[in-house]
Amino acid sequence: MKTDELITALSVNVEPVNRRLVNRSLGIALATGIAVAIGMTLVALGLRVDLATPRAVIFLFLKLVFAIGTVGAAAVYLARLARPGGEQRISPGLAALPFVAILLLAAVSLGQAPSSHWDMMVMGDQWLECLISIPIIAIVPFAVVIWAVRQAAPTNLVRAGAFSGLVAGGMSAMGYALHCTDDSLPFVALWYGGTIVLCTLAGAMLGPRLLRW
Amino acid sequence: MLASQDGDAAAHRVLLERLSRHLRAYYKGKLARIGRGPTEAEDLVQEAVLAIHIQRHTYDPNEPFTPWVHAIARYKLIDFLRRNRASVADVPIDEANEVTANDDHLNAESSFDLRRLLKLLPKKMQCAIVAVKLDGLSVAEAARRCRTSESGVKVNIHRGLKALAALIAQRAQT
Repeated sequence: MKTDELITALSVNVEPVNRRLVNRSLGIALATGIAVAIGMTLVALGLRVDLATPRAVIFLFLKLVFAIGTVGAAAVYLARLARPGGEQRISPGLAALPFVAILLLAAVSLGQAPSSHWDMMVMGDQWLECLISIPIIAIVPFAVVIWAVRQAAPTNLVRAGAFSGLVAGGMSAMGYALHCTDDSLPFVALWYGGTIVLCTLAGAMLGPRLLRW
Repeated sequence: MLASQDGDAAAHRVLLERLSRHLRAYYKGKLARIGRGPTEAEDLVQEAVLAIHIQRHTYDPNEPFTPWVHAIARYKLIDFLRRNRASVADVPIDEANEVTANDDHLNAESSFDLRRLLKLLPKKMQCAIVAVKLDGLSVAEAARRCRTSESGVKVNIHRGLKALAALIAQRAQT
């Protein structure tokens, strides 16, 4: 076939395209993912029972700020990474900011506490539940985010996959925070941060397979 | 590019023609370095032109245009190289020579046969693409011929072209 013939065929009845489609799909994916993560947490695990105490409210708020910050920063980058060449114009350092912040806060709070408390502060009561729940809750949000990115055309599939995983992990943490009763900054930094990083790595590994076009 | 995003067929045609010339130079240069013929370069030009058409909604007007095109061209080149590394190793050397000899002969035509590839698509997509893209019917006329709605025709064209791009990629592998 001659290239001219292909161009002629493609130029017949050209449909106008929606330039906002990429961002709109990502927006839909974010909303759906967050709703699913919160829904799954509430149905499978239940809301934390001690929400009446001010300490619980403060820590819930802190966890949510961390999770929302992660999702927000990662989503901004993902919106660029989803488009061809998007990886050339970004320095994804900003996405690490929530992690740096929580690690600093964790270090400060460990520094202020006597070392005999450290074990409890880091491991909490439910570290295993957290380690398992966040990746599991992240599966459906991850699928939805991947669907959205597939509406576009990422040219760096590893990085687009990693940021999809990061966004999904953050959304999952948002949901899980509603259930989790371990209120210490080192716990949040290690187990929330760690599982979200795990989701990011899984996304980076799956990206080239799921996002090819 | 902006006009083509808005559905200006003439502008779209001019854009694709101009880009195809750049792409041809780009791919010929790259492929000559690894000893591939002009047919493979033309295959890639068509893959990239098709990709630019299908993905034209992903161009953000606030960003420069050249990096967007270059990223697509490069992505398709890397994809091509990855697909072919394995398959070239499978081809006996004599046969490989024969293929390259043929390539020179064919000159600037690609190895794809659009009509033949179209037959591999689901009937609905086939009908929509043939009616609108090859026979030049309007979307409304195509909807009547394919017995579906106008939006159905549009969806089938879009999905069909994507499926076609995937078929071309698969075919180029063997």
